[in-house]
Amino acid sequence: MIRLEGIGREFRVGDQLVRALRNIDLSFEAGDYAAIMGPSGSGKSTLLNIVGLLDRPTTGDYYLEGQNVTDLSDGETASVRREKIGFVFQFFHLVPRLSAEDNVALPMTLAGVAPQERRSRVSEVLRSLGLADRSRHRPDQLSGGQRQRVAIARATVMQPAVILADEPTGNLDTKSGKEVLHILEGLNDRGMTLIVVTHDSEIGDRARRRIGLVDGSIETDLRQR
Amino acid sequence: MTVTDVLGFTVVALRGFRVRTVLMLLAMSIGVASVVVLTALGDGARRFVAEQFSALGTNLLIMLPGRSETTGGPPPLMGETPRNLTLNDALALRRIPGVRWVAPISLGNAEVSLGARNREVLILGTTEEYLHVRGLTMGQGRFLVTPDPTRASPECVIGARIREELFAAQVALGQWLRLGDRRCRVVGILGTQEHSLGVAMDEIVLVPVVFALALFDKESLFRVLVEARTRDHVERTRQSVLEVIKARHEGEDDVTIIAQDAVLATFDNILYALTLAVAGIAAIALAVAGVLIMNVMLIAVSQRTPEIGLLKAIGAPPGQITTLFLSEAAMLSTCGALLGWLAGQLGVWALARAYPQVPIGAPLWAIAAALGIALVTGVAFGILPARRAARLDPVIALSRR
Ligand SMILES: Nc1ncnc2c1ncn2[C@@H]1O[C@H](COP(=O)(O)OP(=O)(O)OP(=O)(O)O)[C@@H](O)[C@H]1O
Ligand SMILES: [Mg+2]
Repeated sequence: MIRLEGIGREFRVGDQLVRALRNIDLSFEAGDYAAIMGPSGSGKSTLLNIVGLLDRPTTGDYYLEGQNVTDLSDGETASVRREKIGFVFQFFHLVPRLSAEDNVALPMTLAGVAPQERRSRVSEVLRSLGLADRSRHRPDQLSGGQRQRVAIARATVMQPAVILADEPTGNLDTKSGKEVLHILEGLNDRGMTLIVVTHDSEIGDRARRRIGLVDGSIETDLRQR
Repeated sequence: MTVTDVLGFTVVALRGFRVRTVLMLLAMSIGVASVVVLTALGDGARRFVAEQFSALGTNLLIMLPGRSETTGGPPPLMGETPRNLTLNDALALRRIPGVRWVAPISLGNAEVSLGARNREVLILGTTEEYLHVRGLTMGQGRFLVTPDPTRASPECVIGARIREELFAAQVALGQWLRLGDRRCRVVGILGTQEHSLGVAMDEIVLVPVVFALALFDKESLFRVLVEARTRDHVERTRQSVLEVIKARHEGEDDVTIIAQDAVLATFDNILYALTLAVAGIAAIALAVAGVLIMNVMLIAVSQRTPEIGLLKAIGAPPGQITTLFLSEAAMLSTCGALLGWLAGQLGVWALARAYPQVPIGAPLWAIAAALGIALVTGVAFGILPARRAARLDPVIALSRR
């Protein structure tokens, strides 16, 4: 469902050219569970941002569900993100002044979903993530693990095909990190494609597929079982 | 995203940055309030003057000898010597239906003396109707009585200052004064007056018009004051007056008629311009508020960079981001403008209480303009920050913590 062909991404810093990604050929099947690993600066985040249509490759083509999405306009990529992609970030990125339920509802609000449907879907998602009693709390009244669960609720409330998580446990203690990972894996069990960027080899080992990036190139691509 | 959702999001955002919001509202409302209060003052002054003029009689026509092409200007100094404007011309005007009073005026200087005391004074010859036209009040005695205006009975009415200077503590009524080479008896003393159309009524001696003409050895009147019955009669009366004069002057309407209305209109224009100028100055405060809104919105955009990145990541197209930030600016300026309007009205109310004699009130156009400018500047100055927000690169926006 995701196919990258000859993707390259270069950054120009002053008169220096940084090649963050070099000629990446990669595809993900629907329902995949992949971990992207590699040393710092190897281009993991850059790759994930391109897959998530937040960033554009300098070279190459990107096909999402058969459609070439490389050259879509900003408005069009926004609607693809809205319908098909859910993001989970290391720093949660919740809107601080909104309650948990309003944060979760935000993608539906932007999409113009009617309020009653919003409410029922939000409470359903929050309940399934064990946050029903926290729905009216603001982010600063929640623990890190709870915040990340709210962020996951927000990422999944539009029923996307793909969940992209950049270091989702990077800011959490081991225990809540595990919880968050279990939740993400549970989503994957129900058919969502899950791509996780991580430093942590213990987390990487849990994925069915491990992609090793070094210096912007794919070094390893292992499938378990 | 529905309108309700946009407004809801905006309200929460504005509540989330309370100090900023309050300051913006303050700036905007000060701008609007100052426009409202200052124009109210300007317009109040304008209406005050208009009322003063009305008290003098807006139904008044002033006729002077000699033709002038422009109304309100002085009669021509050069060219044809104008025909005299005689007392009989003036008396003929009494027969015009729309006319209420006709007061002929002959004006000149003469020496007035009582025993050893003397001084130069302004002598105004007229008829009893002058009292009504000018709305003069009497201090003592009576005004001139001229049942037959063509008779020069030796009577005079003197201003309050003249009485003081000539008679001091003595009784003035019934005394004889010397005016130039003639004598007249004091029959009345004017009450203390305000200036009436530039003439200091306290320092004047009023005599029957024929008396004055003889004193100055003149045929022609200085002015004729004609008061129409109502304001609506003024224009028709003016036409009739011209016709009568034309008939009497061998087909020439060689007089100039100034309507009090024209004088009033001049004042009105001046004060209106003044009001506009003051409103313009106050509008600068509005523009400043607009710039302030832009600044604060720019700060808001950089403060909320991660939030903007997030909104983009979860599928907000650039247009939606623009809408969200513009609606913040618009809501700030709308609320600020409404608050300012309320504050302005309160100020106007207070001023009206403090100066009940001046009709203070902001004109509608000023209020509408102030609110309009507030909204337009708010939104216009909101565009730049909103577009900057919409153009942010989501990756960079999200990577900033
Ligand atoms: N906006 C940018 N401008 C310039 N260079 C950039 C930019 N974004 C990334 N890079 C460079 O691209 C390379 C890859 O960065 P990337 O963030 O993808 O690394 P990463 O693998 O996610 O690292 P980390 O594990 O530290 O998050 C790095 O050398 C980085 O300096
Ligand atoms: Mg990274």
